[in-house]
Amino acid sequence: MDIIETVFVRNNLVVAFAVVGAVMWVSYFLADKLTAGRIHGSAIAIALGLLAAYWGGTVSGGSRGVADVTLLGGIGLMGGGMMRDFAIVATAFGVHISELKKAGIAGVISIFAGVIVSFIVGAAVAVMFGYTDPTAITTIGAGAVTYIVGPVTGEAIGASDAVITLSVAAGLVKSILVMIGTPLIAKRIGLDNPQSAMVFGGLMGTTSGVAAGLAATDPKLVPYGAMTATFYTGLGCLLGPSVLFFIVSAMF
Amino acid sequence: MIVYGVALLSVCLVLGMLIGEALGVAMNVEANVGGVGIAMLFLVYASNSDKFKALTEGVSASGIKFWSAMYIPIVVAMAARQNVAAATEGGLLALSAGVAAVMVSFALVPVLSNIGKDDSPAPDTSEEQGAG
Repeated sequence: MDIIETVFVRNNLVVAFAVVGAVMWVSYFLADKLTAGRIHGSAIAIALGLLAAYWGGTVSGGSRGVADVTLLGGIGLMGGGMMRDFAIVATAFGVHISELKKAGIAGVISIFAGVIVSFIVGAAVAVMFGYTDPTAITTIGAGAVTYIVGPVTGEAIGASDAVITLSVAAGLVKSILVMIGTPLIAKRIGLDNPQSAMVFGGLMGTTSGVAAGLAATDPKLVPYGAMTATFYTGLGCLLGPSVLFFIVSAMF
Repeated sequence: MIVYGVALLSVCLVLGMLIGEALGVAMNVEANVGGVGIAMLFLVYASNSDKFKALTEGVSASGIKFWSAMYIPIVVAMAARQNVAAATEGGLLALSAGVAAVMVSFALVPVLSNIGKDDSPAPDTSEEQGAG
């Protein structure tokens, strides 16, 4: 058994390629046979990935899902920020400048609207659950923006660890729900063209959620959604501990 | 050569990240502001411009297309390393906040998608309350 562990750990990224490849094959097989192509193979693969992440997190007690399982550590590198961003940028290859210009203004508005609306909703939920401290309300609202904005805001305005953890959890719920929910709701919200994809990316903002959600809906839309989504977290980190916190403080 | 395409892609990402990081510092924000988006704009510009033809056509292009095609498997790996366990342990508050934020944002997609199209009057935002 030692031999297996040595080889798997030493070649962890290569193992990850093989494992993910196998998962993709199974997912496309299931999509084809069980759902007759109604559910996209990549949607099933992403759902399997999330299930595996839950299992990995429970078994190992770590925070990086299946990547904390010794033999599958390479998943952490393959699915980490560096590879994700590299592949996202590559999807922009062949995008036409005219498509970007068409949705330019709507895209910019959607980023602001997305941050502010998610914040208001998150803050309102915090108030409904009985929070009256502006620091906690702001941090939880910021968590509903993304799971990065939550802790950045919380630490900047001095929220308690428990509240920061809650804000991360709220952001994770959002991210996972966008991954799973996007392909299901895409038709009803008109998410089938570059313009609406840019608005979608700006409104949702969670890069992981948008990246996976659009991949499972229509891979052609990915570059448009990803482009606006990457500005969202930055704007959230800018507004959260400043303007939004001041407004909440004035109200409570 | 394939690596020319890969190198172009890498340079775009590094430049975008540097600018995004610098924007973060300039705005006094602890985050990379749009680095990936800026990198994508560089690549869009390069692939639409004649100056970079040697790097974006023929074999060089396949160096970029490979990574574009690896996108979905990488996203699957990304899903597999999310902290799903923590999301489920956040309790009802985290669940409600996350779900409500997504519902309201979904509902706004068709509203904002109409901006810039001539045929629709400026939409009212009064229907967005109470979702989730």
